[in-house]
Amino acid sequence: MRLLPVVITTVGLAAAAAPAMAADLTVSVEIPRLNTASYHRPYVAVWIEKPDQSAERTLAVWYQQTRNNEGDGKDWLKDLRTWWRKGGRAMSLPADGVSGATRAPGRQTVTVPAARLAGLQPGQYNIVVEAARELGGREVVRVPFRWGAANTGAGTGSTELGAVRVAVSR
Amino acid sequence: MKKTIALLTLAAALAAPMAAQAHRAWLAPTATTLSGSDAWVGFDAGMSNQVFNPDHAAMRLTGLAITAPDGSAVQPEHAMQGQYRSTFDAHLTQNGTYKIANVMGGVMASYKLNGEQKRWRGAAAEYPAGLPEGATDVQATRTASRIETFVTLNNPTDTVFKTTGEGLELVPVTHPNDLVVGEPATFKLLNNGQPASGLEVTVARGAIRYRDNPEESTVTTGADGAFTVTWPEAGMYWLNASVRTEGHGETLGSNASYVAAMEVLP
Repeated sequence: MRLLPVVITTVGLAAAAAPAMAADLTVSVEIPRLNTASYHRPYVAVWIEKPDQSAERTLAVWYQQTRNNEGDGKDWLKDLRTWWRKGGRAMSLPADGVSGATRAPGRQTVTVPAARLAGLQPGQYNIVVEAARELGGREVVRVPFRWGAANTGAGTGSTELGAVRVAVSR
Repeated sequence: MKKTIALLTLAAALAAPMAAQAHRAWLAPTATTLSGSDAWVGFDAGMSNQVFNPDHAAMRLTGLAITAPDGSAVQPEHAMQGQYRSTFDAHLTQNGTYKIANVMGGVMASYKLNGEQKRWRGAAAEYPAGLPEGATDVQATRTASRIETFVTLNNPTDTVFKTTGEGLELVPVTHPNDLVVGEPATFKLLNNGQPASGLEVTVARGAIRYRDNPEESTVTTGADGAFTVTWPEAGMYWLNASVRTEGHGETLGSNASYVAAMEVLP
């Protein structure tokens, strides 16, 4: 409960106008700043996973939205290997409220309004964040959380991801 | 020093006939899991001691067929035969799973003509009419070889898994483009459409050049022809089984073999 305002203030002023209670599930993902010769922003997928590790639903996928001379952005979605296998490949993209452009290093936030999670049964879940970077590596971070009551969770990656925080506001 | 050379010569002499038998046929894709509106996949096909390591002979692709998810045939493109491998590309334009198979079969026969030992090879339909007049002591074997692999654009499908009832064939229980380290995968082998029980399946991982241990294993099919592999590491795997029965007089022997290349992701 206390974490949420902190997250929102850090996220940016655009979100600050919205009341805190509007966002029932917030995931903040730290994309590390890496000093490499050829840095490309990572592809990132964020999804809710059941305790048996099957995917409940995808909350966000950040990938190149355009076609360039190397190909279409969707050509590399498969590199988010875990997400791709557990549900990404069965999705039709772009998906409203899910697809987005790649994000810059720093703390990035996914806020899911309560209405979008209306069908989610109360219980124990994981938030899974997977990042895959061109000429870089791949990393998956799992953070357990409970749906149905206010709680928070945190985890951290070591290479392609930094801190991952999950907050359920009610 | 002399002793070493003598030993090496002996080793080489022993290895030669073994090697001829041990050459493994493989048809390996450059990628198996793809995304986007369309994709290109390249394939290498050859025969070698170490799987997927082209160092012996290129494969003849006379029986090559690429089957799209809707059942239509896809033309291989940019085909080239090198010294040690044949290569071609496939352009994937449909969502789903494609089967790429080099299937060859026929009859091989040995016979005597005027006291001289001879060999004959041809299509099953040409036998025995293709044998010369006056051939005696005919011993014939029906051969069926299937060398295949699978690739998937976006979501996997199972339309290309239909079997023909000829030779050794694989029926996936676990989708061959859905394999990850540590998870068991099950497949069934059929011989002429019937469960191939008690068959030994060899499972070998590629990239042997970069490690010391070949890490090869075998697994035996059960009564229903099924076998299960739990992948110890990510990589391209070679699966192989064969069945041989001796012919007696008029009855043809048979020699059926099956090879698949399957990619296991971390």
